[in-house]
Amino acid sequence: MTSKNVLLIFKSNIMYKPVIYRLARDFELVFNILEAKILPRKEGRILLELRGSEDIIAEGIRFLEQNRVVVEPLSDKVWREDEKCVNCGACTGLCPTDALSMKRPEMTVSFDVEKCVACGMCGLVCPFGAMRDITLFDPFAEGRSDSK
Amino acid sequence: MGEFKINKTFGEINKKIQDGSVVVLTAEEMIGATKELGPIEAAHKVDVVTTGTFGIMCSSGAFLNFGHSKPRIKANKVFINGVEAYAGIAAVDCYLGAAQTREDDPLNKVFPGRFRYGGGHVIEDLVSGKQVRLEALAYGTDCYPNLRHEADMALRDFPDAWLLNPRNGYQNYNCAVNLSKKTIYTYMGVLRPDCTNANYSTSGQLSPLLNDPFYRTIGLGTRIFLGGGVGYVIGNGTQHNPNVKRSENGVVMGGAGTLSVKGDLKHMSPKYLRGASLTGYGCSLNVGIGVPIPILNEEMAMFTSVSDDDILAPIVDYGLDYPQGTGAPLGYVSYAQLKTGEMDFNGQKVTTSPLASYSTALEIAVILRDWIKSGRFLLGEPQDTLPSAPFSGFEMLK
Repeated sequence: MTSKNVLLIFKSNIMYKPVIYRLARDFELVFNILEAKILPRKEGRILLELRGSEDIIAEGIRFLEQNRVVVEPLSDKVWREDEKCVNCGACTGLCPTDALSMKRPEMTVSFDVEKCVACGMCGLVCPFGAMRDITLFDPFAEGRSDSK
Repeated sequence: MGEFKINKTFGEINKKIQDGSVVVLTAEEMIGATKELGPIEAAHKVDVVTTGTFGIMCSSGAFLNFGHSKPRIKANKVFINGVEAYAGIAAVDCYLGAAQTREDDPLNKVFPGRFRYGGGHVIEDLVSGKQVRLEALAYGTDCYPNLRHEADMALRDFPDAWLLNPRNGYQNYNCAVNLSKKTIYTYMGVLRPDCTNANYSTSGQLSPLLNDPFYRTIGLGTRIFLGGGVGYVIGNGTQHNPNVKRSENGVVMGGAGTLSVKGDLKHMSPKYLRGASLTGYGCSLNVGIGVPIPILNEEMAMFTSVSDDDILAPIVDYGLDYPQGTGAPLGYVSYAQLKTGEMDFNGQKVTTSPLASYSTALEIAVILRDWIKSGRFLLGEPQDTLPSAPFSGFEMLK
């Protein structure tokens, strides 16, 4: 059993297809909708946690892509600029999923992107702009600069 | 002070630094050393204990002289990267405050404001070697006819640039909570309603003034690590108050002593001077400070072996009490507890998070320790001490 958080983008042409239901029925994947937003006649965005074996998750993602859902791993969307982080820990008290946590006894801040649900709290609270202040539901959000 | 068994002077310790025989420990290492050896033996063996802190210190800024233009100017308004610096002093001098916001910043008009760039960020840009845009405006005089001067300047182009901070290094500070019903945005971070989270902001057992609680060795002339370079304590900071309630070990139970510091900005590093943006509050500067504390006697060994278990922070409500200037501490909590990430408050679990970087504070204490060991950094003997409070001494030393 493993878990992966992915961002699904439903363009308007497929918006009304019941694809997520089939993840459960055909692949027996456990899904958990972390956040969702539908912009009528434009597109829908869902932040989804998928739980299952690694193979099945990969198959499920393939199925989604065959159905023209754009699937992006969250780790490509949310990241920390490590050189900006001073390891103060201000973000750790507000992170709802412990994706940002204090490593003890070193008192450094660890970021586990697999636990992140892109709520944006850390972006609001980090004094140094180390957590890229993107919300997944902003179609204009910039991507990671070092990605293609 | 003849009652001590160990008596060393600044001069003796400096000689040891120069001949390479000095023994220096960080304040973290000193805790174990005193426990193991006892205070007298520890004071005999250890000469200097180094401290460190790296946190948001709003009462900071840069004193800059930007050099004369041709023709000359007597600036009465100065902006650096759009951030105003106080220019009501001599012709081309100005003071850039860390908390100054950019002229066109929307502030809190759309709440909470983000305050992405201010005085602290200009200081960080300067020590990073980046060029900044200087804009000086004047009314013109016979001796200084120029009305406007603009230049792109890097730190090396300023004839003089000092970090000059009126209040840094608070000796202990509040643990902030929010008992109100809405989320608040403070200089102590974002605080959720109903006391859901608590923020604290000192490096505890590593913090300079918590290791010399009566300022016996720190005063005007103390040479320190400042922003990655060398600086000096130039006196007590503003709001310095030695008469705060203290626990039996002499440790203050709330914000008390403060330091005023100065250093040459040109030798500092953006690693230890970082512009900060506090959502809903404003701009600031993270300052790295490390103060060496000479172990002149066994009492100083006791003071510098203070641990997070022995230091208590007052829990203060920033929802109502603090902004209104009313109320009393809701209780006290040790730094050891705060560092676990959770504390009990009124029977409920509250998440605790630091605002000052303990790991960077330790890095500073280690750097300062190594500077002293290398023989390059001598202790500065204070020419004047800071206002202090009486202390009857430790029971176990009597």
